[in-house]
Amino acid sequence: MSDPTNDATEPADALVQPASPVLRDLLSRFAGRVLAVSEHRGDATAIVDRAALLEVGRHLRDDAACAFDMLLDVTAVDYLGRRPRFEVVYHLLSIDRNDRVRIKVPLEEEDLVIPSVVPIWAGADWLERETFDLYGVRFDGHPNLKRIYLYEEFEGHPLRKDYPKEKRQPLIGPGAVRRDPMNDDLTR
Amino acid sequence: MSDTHGHGHHVEEEEKPVAKARPIEPTEDSLDLPFEPMELKMGPSHPATHGTVRILLKLDGERIVHSEVEVGYLHRGFEKECESGLWYQAFPYTDRLNYVSPIINNVGYALACEKLFGIEAPERAQWLRVIASEVSRMSDHYTCLGACSLELGAFTAFLYAVEAREQLWDLHDALCGARVTTNYVRIGGLSMDVGRDFRELAKERLAAAGKLQQDLEDLLLSNPIFLDRMEGTGVLPKEKLIELGVTGPVLRAAGVPYDVRRAQPYLVYDRIDYDVPIGEAGDNLDRFLVRIEELKQSRRMIEQCVERMPEGPVDVDDPHVRLAGKGRVFERMEELIAQFKIVTEGPKPPVGEVYQAVEGGNGELGFYLVSDGTGRPVKCRPRSPSFSNTQALSPMIDGAMLADVIPTFDMINMIGGECDR
Repeated sequence: MSDPTNDATEPADALVQPASPVLRDLLSRFAGRVLAVSEHRGDATAIVDRAALLEVGRHLRDDAACAFDMLLDVTAVDYLGRRPRFEVVYHLLSIDRNDRVRIKVPLEEEDLVIPSVVPIWAGADWLERETFDLYGVRFDGHPNLKRIYLYEEFEGHPLRKDYPKEKRQPLIGPGAVRRDPMNDDLTR
Repeated sequence: MSDTHGHGHHVEEEEKPVAKARPIEPTEDSLDLPFEPMELKMGPSHPATHGTVRILLKLDGERIVHSEVEVGYLHRGFEKECESGLWYQAFPYTDRLNYVSPIINNVGYALACEKLFGIEAPERAQWLRVIASEVSRMSDHYTCLGACSLELGAFTAFLYAVEAREQLWDLHDALCGARVTTNYVRIGGLSMDVGRDFRELAKERLAAAGKLQQDLEDLLLSNPIFLDRMEGTGVLPKEKLIELGVTGPVLRAAGVPYDVRRAQPYLVYDRIDYDVPIGEAGDNLDRFLVRIEELKQSRRMIEQCVERMPEGPVDVDDPHVRLAGKGRVFERMEELIAQFKIVTEGPKPPVGEVYQAVEGGNGELGFYLVSDGTGRPVKCRPRSPSFSNTQALSPMIDGAMLADVIPTFDMINMIGGECDR
């Protein structure tokens, strides 16, 4: 395992006045709730307070100067040893404007809950389930938050840095009863 | 602006009942008997779910009332594995993401790493990477078209497609010595240069593949059974596709000309001529035709590249990133030390994070990398097109006929290794 250092995500070149108009717009419109912005290697990044995520998301999708109509990816990063320990990361794409932006939301380990963006981008559904599955981040308001890759009896969240890679868990045996996703009261 | 070749064809407006309510209300001419929708579990080992996936269906007769797609059967912890190794050790794993177009994954990961390091591969390596990516894309498309025709009952067409793919795998072989598990690209370069006979070989194989492709088109595109099953099935409006994060041929078939190679050109894609084909109806037939046309465009690109590719080194001249080469290692102390350090500790990028996208066989393939300045990634995340595209399968087949699942699933072209990571 790597040794996460405390400054792992400090933006390498934080800017007072970013070149990206989207970041400038976010800074002025959501002052105090967009915590920081950076442009590292040409990637525009905004760190957003959890409470403002949905509002920022709607603005980024609906505002004509943003028009980020596609959510490409949702994932999390575990900076074990740093506070806040987790970050949920969203990658957005505007097809018409041919622009990209990255939104990051820091989360404390004890309070690993974040509003779901499924109402804004329907494509977040599986991506948020995956992040829940592998990192244990709970997405508040998700229509169907359950594991997607691993089986329900799996204990823990394997992409966390304190989950040892060598750890083995028994696969569910033939006698195990699994919930049927199509019909919750039906078992087989 | 991208050039567009629309494949306009008339599609009859087919009313799709939005089936949500269950149990289903009996209609006037039906007997008033208690009725329950039939449950059918397709997969995970169904002949038509190449790649392991389970589709749960609730059927009213042959009409799909409700469907759910279960993925994850091929999950093997790609990210965990990459985080525990050195940066350069992730390459063999990237082969196995989309294993029918492995070199595109190699290239995507290498470009992301290079963005993180702040370096650029030499000119010749960039041209070779374009050639290799397009060869891979062609083998991906041939696999997709072949598997689709097989599953719709056209076994002969499948053999043509697989034979064409065989020609391209010979080119993989000439590039890197492997046919499927390529492991070809390196941070800052390539594992090896091509031989002098590559240009002739490429022309020969592409011509052979092109001839087979013509046979494939002749067989399928005049076949009423094939057309019936493809035309007008699996349609989703483009707004819905964008909302769901669908990219690649499926999105382009619906008329959205988004192609990463054209939108945000990488390597030398801005220096070669090609068109971005788009469709109109966004049905399975358009997805098929877009792939057919993309095969022709890829061939055009490779033909240009083998002619215009300059001579020169294929690796960056930077001992902190790339091995110095065995020849000098045996002669000089400094090169030996550099090689030892690079192999055991790995190259160390600066602190930071990047996202780099390339156009994969099925859509935007991106890599999100986070570095804390050590030889190991904090995060190595592939944004896989298959995952987002497969999510759109359920809305595409809900309300359709059971038989429509097959061509729709084929045209989404889910690749388990990439979808399940």
